[in-house]
Amino acid sequence: MSALAKTADWLEEHFRYGEIVALLRKKTVPVHRFSYFYFLGGMTLFLFGIQVVTGILLLLYYRPTPNDAFESVQYIMTQVRFGWLIRSIHSWSANLMILTAFAHMFSVFFLKSYRKPRELTWLSGIALLGIVLGFGFSGYLLPWNTLSFFATKVGTDIPGQVPGVGHWILTFLRGGEDVTAATLTRFFAFHVALLPGLATVFVGLHLLLVQRFGMSVPPSLEAEWRAKPAAHREVPFFPNFLLRELMAWYVVLAILGALAAFLPWELGVKADAFAPAPAGIRPEWYFMFAFQTLKLLPAKFGPIAGDLVGVIGFGFAGLVWTLLPFFDRGKSGRVARWIAGAGVFVLAYMIVMTVYGYLAK
Amino acid sequence: MLAGKVGDLKPNGGKIFRFGTRPALLIMSPDGKYTALTAVCTHLGCTVQYRPDLHNVWCACHNGMYDVDGRNISGPPPKPLEAFDVFIKGDEIYVQRQRNA
Repeated sequence: MSALAKTADWLEEHFRYGEIVALLRKKTVPVHRFSYFYFLGGMTLFLFGIQVVTGILLLLYYRPTPNDAFESVQYIMTQVRFGWLIRSIHSWSANLMILTAFAHMFSVFFLKSYRKPRELTWLSGIALLGIVLGFGFSGYLLPWNTLSFFATKVGTDIPGQVPGVGHWILTFLRGGEDVTAATLTRFFAFHVALLPGLATVFVGLHLLLVQRFGMSVPPSLEAEWRAKPAAHREVPFFPNFLLRELMAWYVVLAILGALAAFLPWELGVKADAFAPAPAGIRPEWYFMFAFQTLKLLPAKFGPIAGDLVGVIGFGFAGLVWTLLPFFDRGKSGRVARWIAGAGVFVLAYMIVMTVYGYLAK
Repeated sequence: MLAGKVGDLKPNGGKIFRFGTRPALLIMSPDGKYTALTAVCTHLGCTVQYRPDLHNVWCACHNGMYDVDGRNISGPPPKPLEAFDVFIKGDEIYVQRQRNA
């Protein structure tokens, strides 16, 4: 027996990897005109992996205090070899990850993949979207520049508007009444410990559920396949689908590399708690639609503050969106049409408000 | 609380000073009158600034506007900015919370 075969035997005896290989061999992925959308989740996962690696590298030099944070990022960008590139990749990858996560969610929405029995997959995905946005929001503050300082002020003030628990949430997030050193330490802890832990758990759960139920096929295609079984095609997950997914990752890597190298992420100006908010201040693009909405709301709707209406509105919309699989059970065509219409409206609203936010003074 | 010195500000100008742990805004109107306000926007807590071109107090975050006495006049702010009493002692400008507030 060769040494290789012996090692394989030993591993099989102690790890039983044969079962996993058999499972991978058995797993198939349907092939059809919407198959490209299957890549989006994997792309998000790939970008998350890049975040973990580059994040660990940044941790080697970053210091989470108001006196040091900005300077340490400055040091990373000017003194550490390839530090500028690592930081640029981390920032760009974060943005691309949020983009692919949103694209993944909307594709799942419009292909109706959230329907029974995949309700839990949808819920864990929504949790992951929340975690990703939390990563974006907490990571944004870490360089401690003017933009991130005021973005954090506003962003933590918004949940503060909620009646009852609002003030408690605000002080919990800020570690006090104002955005200070305590806020920075806290956001750092969220960003590098709490959220990565939660992300690991939910990514594991999400992937497990995807494995348990297999890839969903859109209802329209399922009907076609029932009528014409010969049209039904699928490929093995390993290696066929995985190799295609790798090609998708390769494209993502190329885009990411080009963005990070040719448009290095800026550091901005160090935050000063006693300077006015700079003109033209705006949040990251993925919060822009909400920002623009808040800007347009009047100060008061009768006796209720305008912001509160906005916060409650977004909260309610988010809740309905999360519970979607429980409204759409795939039994009524009318309900399905209404939901698809609502999805188009939500997507259009987000795009229009985002563009408007960038064009408006 | 010391806000600054006479001569720090030109007519139709404003500057931020520390009022305890929070920023406040000292304004000199075009006719030379001093006013002082908290600089924390009543909307979502950004730091406001004096806009010499508009003769008003402006918040960059959500385009909120106040007049120099702190009254919210346009945009999202729900309440006026708290105004402080200003008095001058020698060449130093002092600011204190209004008694009745």
